[in-house]
Amino acid sequence: MSALIEVIDSGLSVTIQDRGRPGYRSIGVPLSGALDPLLLAAANALLGNDAQAAALEVVMSGPSLKAVADSVRISLAGELSAKVLRSNGNILLVHPWSTATLFPGDIAQIGGMRGGVGYVGISGGFLVSTALGSRSTYQRAALGGVGGRALALGDRLPCGHVQGDPWLERRSLHAFEHDAGPIRVILGPQQAHFSDEAVQSFLAQPYTVTRDMDRMGMRLDGVRLKHNERGAEIISDGVVPGSIQVPANGNPIVLMADCQTSGGYPKIATVISADLPRLGHAKPGTTLHFKSVALPEAAQARREQWERLALWVGNLVSFRPPGVINEEALYSGNLVSGAVRGDEFFMAQQCNADCHI
Amino acid sequence: MTPLSASTFEPRIVPLGDCALTVEFGRSIDPQTHALVLGFASALDAMANNGLLDGVVEWVPAFCSVTVHFDPQLADGERLANELSILARKGARASAVGCRWHIPVCFDEEFAPDLAELAAAKNLRPDDVIELMTSTVFTVYMLGFLPGFPYLGGLPAALDMPRLATPRTLVPARSIAVTGSMCAAYPWASPGGWRLLGRTPVRLFDPGNTRRPALLAPGDEVIWRPIERSHYETIEAECAEGSFNVSTLLASGGRA
Repeated sequence: MSALIEVIDSGLSVTIQDRGRPGYRSIGVPLSGALDPLLLAAANALLGNDAQAAALEVVMSGPSLKAVADSVRISLAGELSAKVLRSNGNILLVHPWSTATLFPGDIAQIGGMRGGVGYVGISGGFLVSTALGSRSTYQRAALGGVGGRALALGDRLPCGHVQGDPWLERRSLHAFEHDAGPIRVILGPQQAHFSDEAVQSFLAQPYTVTRDMDRMGMRLDGVRLKHNERGAEIISDGVVPGSIQVPANGNPIVLMADCQTSGGYPKIATVISADLPRLGHAKPGTTLHFKSVALPEAAQARREQWERLALWVGNLVSFRPPGVINEEALYSGNLVSGAVRGDEFFMAQQCNADCHI
Repeated sequence: MTPLSASTFEPRIVPLGDCALTVEFGRSIDPQTHALVLGFASALDAMANNGLLDGVVEWVPAFCSVTVHFDPQLADGERLANELSILARKGARASAVGCRWHIPVCFDEEFAPDLAELAAAKNLRPDDVIELMTSTVFTVYMLGFLPGFPYLGGLPAALDMPRLATPRTLVPARSIAVTGSMCAAYPWASPGGWRLLGRTPVRLFDPGNTRRPALLAPGDEVIWRPIERSHYETIEAECAEGSFNVSTLLASGGRA
């Protein structure tokens, strides 16, 4: 039997995502999946989950989740915090890049993102049923997730139980950082639909992310890219997340995880897979610079990025959360320094609560 | 753009980012170019069945190209491009590789809000439009736009109309629509600018059917079979309760 958590506040547009739904693009089913697969992997690594396990993707305000009848453990990846309201009235602050166990009746209030994207992992992953091999939510065709939609009040999500010591949490001492610098692209396939000047402008001028963005794509504002005599329409061909298509108005659109499988606008370039997750963190007003690279450089960037994640995972440490009594220290009478980590206030409060029995 | 015929166009491989390559066979929508597309896709099927194509995730046929998605950690993009180039130059052709479907369509006014206007614009009677729609053998060129959305070639030139100037915010699911030289069927309710000429009671996409979630596949043929409203409602109810057998839509002797 799996454990269950109940959604007691849906947040805004919170969806279940895994690594996506490959294998069905020839029948028009988008790839979908996490906007930032590295942070999804980080959220799962904190829990010892399979890297592909399904997590919650938070893009605005986060949800509140209640452990129903079993203990479960959550993890936070990205700039997300949480507050755990224990059923005994205690409060635990959960920092980004760490885990927290929820005992039956405990509620985790997940914070929000100020733009960008964060992930809430859970022990064993969210075990909602798969649709075409994936749990990723694709709302336009109601596939995956909970009934193919964002979380809603009252949803009960199956997941795994806490494994091992419920009082021993994991965290990273530092955030997982993406590369900085320009967004690298591979030109084409249709750069021949643009004048040399347009291609040069695209690579030299800044582009600003507009408010017009969602999981399907983001519109950019900047120097308009003029098509040459080949025009602003092509016979529809394959597109991928990262494809930068330019309709007749000259404003580029970067396609994201839920994009269609084909499109009829010329694609001036495609963002490399190592840099596409960074666009998941872009906010309206973010300035982007693009740089053209070749296939080998893109492959190397991708390799290095996953190596960097492996290094980050290798440096995860265990800790006892504030509020946990270190028995050895208790016997020696040194209550405060005996705890492994934590906010002094919460620790002192918890010690007072626990020590007078 | 100069249309190039399939016979003079050399296949071209272009990177689509670092996880996909698009193999182009031409720059026009026609059965000859599409035969090369389907032939190439069949060749890839055969290679995958023989355990070749390491690191290739899937391939997606379009009107005049095939996009091959790969995992750059398992396959070297440049090496794969060379292999695909050799395969593409073999010029294998395949046509009518799929099934022939007779799919019921109801042309009731409620389901065909653009039928009268299209007929008038083309100096036809609405019945003439229905006659043209139901006597044509359409070919599925590709699926895209939405899961299970087929682009069907073969629309008679007499029905050629541009998209609506203002697209509808909501096209009802299972609408049959036309624009230019194309016909399509919307598996899902969606915004859309094509002209709606009828509606089928048959589900075009069923995620529960993991073997064949989309009813139609590239290379399939479709003949629209006109039905009355009462018959439409019967089939629609059967589809809703899951008792409708889609294999009854295959032409006798058709390959499922």
